[in-house]
Amino acid sequence: MTAVQHSKSRPEAVLGLNMKRQRFAENMGKYWYAFSRNKLSVVGLAIVLTIVILAILAPVVTPYPEHAGAFVDYDNASKPPSRSHIFGTDVFGRDIFTRIVFSFRGALLIALVVLSIAVPVGVLLGLIAGYFKGTLLDTVIMRTTDVFLAVPPLILALAIASMLKPNMMNSMIAVTLMWWPWYTRIVYGMAASCRNEYFVIAAELTGASKLHILFREILPNCLSPVFTKIALDVGWVILISASLSFVGLGEQPPTPALGQMVSDGAKYMPDLWWMTIFPALAIVVIILGFNLAGDGLRDMLETGVK
Amino acid sequence: MPEEILLDIKGLNVWYRVYGGYLKVVHNLSLQVYRGERVGLVGEAGCGKTTTMKAILRILPESVAHIPRGEIIFRGRDVLKMNRAELQKLRSRGIAMIFQDPTSALNPVFTVGEQLEDVIRFALPPEERQKKRIHDIAVQALKEVYLPDQERILQSYPVQLSGGMRQRICISMAITTPRELLIADEPGTSLDVTIQDQILRLLRELVEKHGTSIILITHSLGVARQMTDRIYVMYAGSIVEAAPSATLFKEPLHPYTVGLLASVPKISGGGIAEGIPGRIPNYLNPPNGCRFQPRCSLSDDRCLSQSPPILDVGGGHYVACFRYER
Amino acid sequence: MAVILECRDLTKYFRVGRNKQGPVYLRAVDGVSFEVQEGETLGLVGESGSGKSTLAYTIVGMYRPTGGHILFRGQDIGMEADRRSMALKKEIQIVFQDPGSSLNPRRTIGQILGLPLVLHRGLRGAAQEEAAIELLRKVELPPEYLLKSPSSIGGGEKQMVAIARALASEPSMVVLDEPTSALDVSVQAKIINKLIALQREMNLTYLFITHDLSVIRNVATRIAIMYLGRLCELAQAAEFFEQPEHPYTRMLISSVPVISDEEERLKPKKVESRGEIPSPVNIPSGCSFHPRCPERASVCSKVNPEMVLVRPGHYVRCHQFTSCWSDTKKVGEIG
Repeated sequence: MTAVQHSKSRPEAVLGLNMKRQRFAENMGKYWYAFSRNKLSVVGLAIVLTIVILAILAPVVTPYPEHAGAFVDYDNASKPPSRSHIFGTDVFGRDIFTRIVFSFRGALLIALVVLSIAVPVGVLLGLIAGYFKGTLLDTVIMRTTDVFLAVPPLILALAIASMLKPNMMNSMIAVTLMWWPWYTRIVYGMAASCRNEYFVIAAELTGASKLHILFREILPNCLSPVFTKIALDVGWVILISASLSFVGLGEQPPTPALGQMVSDGAKYMPDLWWMTIFPALAIVVIILGFNLAGDGLRDMLETGVK
Repeated sequence: MPEEILLDIKGLNVWYRVYGGYLKVVHNLSLQVYRGERVGLVGEAGCGKTTTMKAILRILPESVAHIPRGEIIFRGRDVLKMNRAELQKLRSRGIAMIFQDPTSALNPVFTVGEQLEDVIRFALPPEERQKKRIHDIAVQALKEVYLPDQERILQSYPVQLSGGMRQRICISMAITTPRELLIADEPGTSLDVTIQDQILRLLRELVEKHGTSIILITHSLGVARQMTDRIYVMYAGSIVEAAPSATLFKEPLHPYTVGLLASVPKISGGGIAEGIPGRIPNYLNPPNGCRFQPRCSLSDDRCLSQSPPILDVGGGHYVACFRYER
Repeated sequence: MAVILECRDLTKYFRVGRNKQGPVYLRAVDGVSFEVQEGETLGLVGESGSGKSTLAYTIVGMYRPTGGHILFRGQDIGMEADRRSMALKKEIQIVFQDPGSSLNPRRTIGQILGLPLVLHRGLRGAAQEEAAIELLRKVELPPEYLLKSPSSIGGGEKQMVAIARALASEPSMVVLDEPTSALDVSVQAKIINKLIALQREMNLTYLFITHDLSVIRNVATRIAIMYLGRLCELAQAAEFFEQPEHPYTRMLISSVPVISDEEERLKPKKVESRGEIPSPVNIPSGCSFHPRCPERASVCSKVNPEMVLVRPGHYVRCHQFTSCWSDTKKVGEIG
């Protein structure tokens, strides 16, 4: 069949594209309505966007980009917050605000890398275990998951990170290893209940392949809580990696990291309080932002678009 | 025919707030229940009959539901203006409720006895709330709904009982304490036809014995015919026709009622007529005039622009359709 | 007329636990035999717990039978769908009760209809789209629906899509599992009439499962009634209502709420329904209906009656029609 014949025999194709666009716009409106019903979600989203933009534009928006690395200016060391250094300076004279903004980069990068490995792995395993519920495959996957879940996450990450060389890469590996089982759990439950839905049975009875059933029929129905959890988890991954860097198992100096800044400053408490308080506040704000935005996402995906 | 009006709903409107505006579900609904009368409220899914029932008991979700106009007068008092204490009294002594699904109407973590006795306790004046007395009333209540082995049932959890037994327990809760009005929302629909038959016969017997008025909400014309003295037919949030039951089935007037009756499959066979084309209107932007007009084969220009008035055609038969204007 | 489907002594038990005597089974289908003729609609009626859905699901291959045979055009198909050939899956399709859960909410109607089209007819791309539009036309839905999601359309339309999906593979037999019980009467009328029209147009055979007697009266050629995994009565539709023989059938018919005096006269007046269907884990001895039967005799609790032919095409499983009835005395009304 030629292309000309197509458009002749299917005037609906044109109609379809317009309809798709129109429906997309309508759905976006509904999604935003569901999301913005809770004003705190909007605040969370604003925080998240601000942090992301600050991190991307760090060299432009910070007053002293050169302070992000190994920089020493003893004349300006240990200064309290002032007009030129709004969050003050550390014992080497580096601008704390600049270092916080730069450390957002590392924090977001960790979250991005950790989640982009942990989520697909966790989801895939959960999907398989859920669909083959009651078989050996289910037992093997889910008992392994249980083992990982049984160990307190921070301890596990500490153990792994301390066995390896302390650097950003290894702390990412450590956090990833403790993160995937949560996704396996969530998807497992969803997939196991989805498996008994009539639309899955209908696909099986008509002879669809396992791959089709897993990825086309079941997976799309398991994703809403996964997206919500991703949004909520960004904050927690950042917190865990900050904890690792607090005990010296993360990013190594002079590159700024929030946990490491808090722990450095802690030595000078309470005299140089700004060295600890502002990075700590930054951690709080990041986690708060992602959590609020995550709650909004949940409202949006769970009330659904009808 | 008893003449005292027990419940009088006047021009009730109920809206739900959603994305893009309000769903104008119930629209100028008026309905009367006389003392001791059995009234049927018949309509298809989505016609607003459950919303109406929830409005009467004031159990609509407050965050989204909105009542722009209307009055619900129960024993001379407007339910919509009642304060918390009056509502509490209304629900514990005035109006009782039986839900469609007896499984979700009973709390699975408490025994039947605990739940039934709670209902009895709240309905009694404080000085009469002795344990023994309450228990005796509970046993009596189960006897009344023909449940055997009452002591054992009182100690059972809802999951240990069958659907029919659970519905009998819900009925006993509703009927045991003196109430003036019983609202039964599809009481037999989730049950099998033989069990539904038993439940309906029981309900009818108890309502007659206690002289309680009942609003039977149902989608089934057959159930309404068997159970009620008078029927209101509801379509898209409004009453389209009201008549004594026998009259309604002999001479339905409103095109919707006619179509609905034609669509009911008969056990005498002969195929099923497709009485009504199309589907229920979108409540976000309902038709301006008659809400049934888009599906009506007999409509004219006036139906498009004006809401039809409720016309008295005599013999207690009312219809909301321009065709019956003199 | 040819027999298209035959069940011979079909049983399906589910293991639900074990006690001292050994494993405990739920006997969902317990020795059912019947034939379906090509082009007819066999109505299978029963209350919840009667095993009618299990029977249907076993026929379409959701379960493997515990015993007995299912023959489709003479070929034994008593196996799960995994082991059935694609050619067989193409021939037997099912429409489920709840259109809300039988259509994947995350897929468009075009994708839903596309699956059987590609699997059974090898259609892809433009050809698939044309075939899907043709299917929608068959159930009177406009082509725009291809892009809609099931959650954006009404219940009746969803069921129409589910019917279109079942017809996509061009089957010869469709199992309809309570296709209208979740729908309003005005929508139900439309679906039923469409099903009847499609049956004529495509020469389909239906096995129509329902608990609704007034619906089945108007669609079925023959009606079989099921109670606790066994058939009680099987007859031509009109005869089934005009001369019901089994006490259970009479109880069911007299329980149906009706809307006219003409129907009221059809109802056997005497039988008031009583009791509830017992659990299929503890099936009463003898005739499984005897605890609820107003006409039971002493033999009923001891011996399971055989299915007997009482008139041409009319089968009843009740002791009143077997030879042992005359030897026994009626116990009379109890309880």
